[in-house]
Amino acid sequence: MYGRKVKLRFLFIASVFLSLILSAFLILKSLEENVVYFKSPSDIQFLEEIKNQKIRVGGMVKENSIKVLPEKINFIVTDYKNEIYVVYSGVLPNLFSEGKGVVAEGFLKDRNFFEATKILAKHDENYMPPEVKEALKEK
Amino acid sequence: MLSSSIGYYSLIFGLCVSIVIIFLSIRNFKISNNLDKKILIFSFVQFALVLVSFLGLISAFVFSDFSNETVFNNSHTTKPLFYKITGTWGNHEGSLLLWLLVLTLFIFIFLLKSKNQPNKYRILTVIFQQIIIFGFFTFLIKTSNPFNYLFPINEEGLGLNPILQDPALAIHPPILYLGYVGSSIIFSSVLAATTLNNINIYWAKHIKVWVLTSWVFLTLGILLGSIWAYYELGWGGFWFWDPVENVSLMPWLALTTLFHCLLVLEKRPIFKSWVIILSISTFTLSMCGTFLVRSGILNSVHTFANDPERGLFILSFLFVLVFISIFIFFIFHKNDENYSSPIFLLSKETSLVINNWFMMYFLSVILIGTVYPIFLDVISSQKISVGPPFYHKLLIPFLIPFLIFMAIGPRLKWIKSELKGKSNLILLLIISLFLSFFIIRNFDPNYLLNSILIGSAFYLFFITIQDFFIKKKRLSQNVAHFGFSLLILSILFNNILSKEIITNLRVGESYKNKDLEIVFNDLIKEDKKNYVSFTGNFSITDKSFKSLLKPELRVYNQPNIITSEADIKITLYRDNFITINSVKNEDYFNVRYLVKPFMLWIWISVLLIVLGGLTSLLKKND
Repeated sequence: MYGRKVKLRFLFIASVFLSLILSAFLILKSLEENVVYFKSPSDIQFLEEIKNQKIRVGGMVKENSIKVLPEKINFIVTDYKNEIYVVYSGVLPNLFSEGKGVVAEGFLKDRNFFEATKILAKHDENYMPPEVKEALKEK
Repeated sequence: MLSSSIGYYSLIFGLCVSIVIIFLSIRNFKISNNLDKKILIFSFVQFALVLVSFLGLISAFVFSDFSNETVFNNSHTTKPLFYKITGTWGNHEGSLLLWLLVLTLFIFIFLLKSKNQPNKYRILTVIFQQIIIFGFFTFLIKTSNPFNYLFPINEEGLGLNPILQDPALAIHPPILYLGYVGSSIIFSSVLAATTLNNINIYWAKHIKVWVLTSWVFLTLGILLGSIWAYYELGWGGFWFWDPVENVSLMPWLALTTLFHCLLVLEKRPIFKSWVIILSISTFTLSMCGTFLVRSGILNSVHTFANDPERGLFILSFLFVLVFISIFIFFIFHKNDENYSSPIFLLSKETSLVINNWFMMYFLSVILIGTVYPIFLDVISSQKISVGPPFYHKLLIPFLIPFLIFMAIGPRLKWIKSELKGKSNLILLLIISLFLSFFIIRNFDPNYLLNSILIGSAFYLFFITIQDFFIKKKRLSQNVAHFGFSLLILSILFNNILSKEIITNLRVGESYKNKDLEIVFNDLIKEDKKNYVSFTGNFSITDKSFKSLLKPELRVYNQPNIITSEADIKITLYRDNFITINSVKNEDYFNVRYLVKPFMLWIWISVLLIVLGGLTSLLKKND
């Protein structure tokens, strides 16, 4: 019925379409699973449920809240409305200190307790991550 | 003072020259088939003007002229001379001036090197390139003038961010820019060639040189940035899927794909539309990268200042360029239907189509991962980030077929190939799979994926080694592909065998686990020219391996910033990497010790890939 050329072309277009759909599906599915949400301490207070999912918490490190122990570091992240207690064992960026902005990535244990797996680095003392700035501005 | 004024006025003159060239070229294009000598001269004048302006900025930095706002914001009298000079492009304004300098330099070189091409095409390329140059001139003068005058004049500047005071970073921006800006020539040239319906074998041969040149520089630039992040930022790895890294990888992928397509176009007139689209997207992605990085949307090292005006300008400029190119593509591009192009399933062309598919897949994964958070923020103001697991999950499985096709593809012939005599290909595949199976079983019995992955990387590795002996004519390709297999192998082993220990120690204390001991011996304080250095003294006993490492903590005075300098003991087999950081001025130091196997090989293999590109550039008939 159809020539060989038409058939081949049809096959080609069909395979392109199939692979497009397949890759789009894979990407979207994996996005859904691997996205990390950013929350401020106040957002966390209003969370409906605590999921075992990686999130980021941002705000200021409260004055006089850092406690250093051999295997971990404790501190409090505040947005001047609410605060959350963070425990962390890992590398600290150079600019991590009290009264400065911070973004911590990890898992929420309950509304007041956060177990961080990573503290994100900043590179400039005056620079504040846009998320933190906004989280503080809203309050 | 004087140098700033000279710099500023040369910029203005440069902008005027841009307009002159555009008018000259349009008239020249209409009336004659010969290239007007004046265009060449004016292009040189323009380059010279930007160069003067750039030298003006450098001298303002060298002599610490704090009446210049850029110098005031980014320099300091106590800074070493080398960093005063490199500080010129360590900031937003200066780096854009450098970008402009490369733009004008490249169009001048293009005019000199394209003499055997049709003159109409050359003139049209100049017009498109001058539109880009014009855009950058206005951008620079309007939103980020490097020569703003500051009054009253300050005694002292604010200083350069210490993490930028590093030799690798001094050359990283210029090299990267050569790659980015090279893609602008490809962009202008492809638009000119499309308009004149000039996309053919000769054009492919001519533009290939530019594609390769920008590819080589882009690869080197990315490598330098990566090395810098490894030791200076103390990231302790080579790639983090940071948005800023991603925006440089995307044009790289597009450029690599484009290069492979040109290999086909050089032989047969197929894939024309695809080459046009790829050339346009390479430049668009480079511009997108600039936009994302400069506008402060991405949270990164490169965020100099959040200025929405700049972002808006680049974005609108980008839209204009994309609009022009889409317009040209649809109006002027005609596929010549009369050329019948038989493609057989088993041929080099098919393998290159497969290569293209994979590259585009990798590119779209990275594009979505990078852009999706921004997109979501705009439409729903939800803040998210996409991390390494996303990329790993989507990219790694596809690397397996990619590597296998990469091994087989170059063995196939153009148009049609036979399966006969290819049994050794299968034999090698089996050997590689077995080999990796045994390697993996010793370290990490759970990972089926890893052993298949390493198997396919070994496959490429063996095949390329074999190729070195059989055929000599495609040396460049072989070197590059061999480098790639080595890169994947080193990355995989690096990932599987890495060790990390993080602990907080006081001077005199030690950390111990079953096969490792870290002792913090002492801490030495030293005053340096523009910082105070604290050097820790650590002895590490790691099984048979014993060493003394001295990581450093620098407290810079201007601006007041603390940086950690990693101490790395580099050997052929592994890097031993240690950084320290102070916590809250207490006695405790945050210590991070890493064992990174084959780290050196990652850098070496990227250099091999670059070497492959260089070989191809130097050998005309390759």
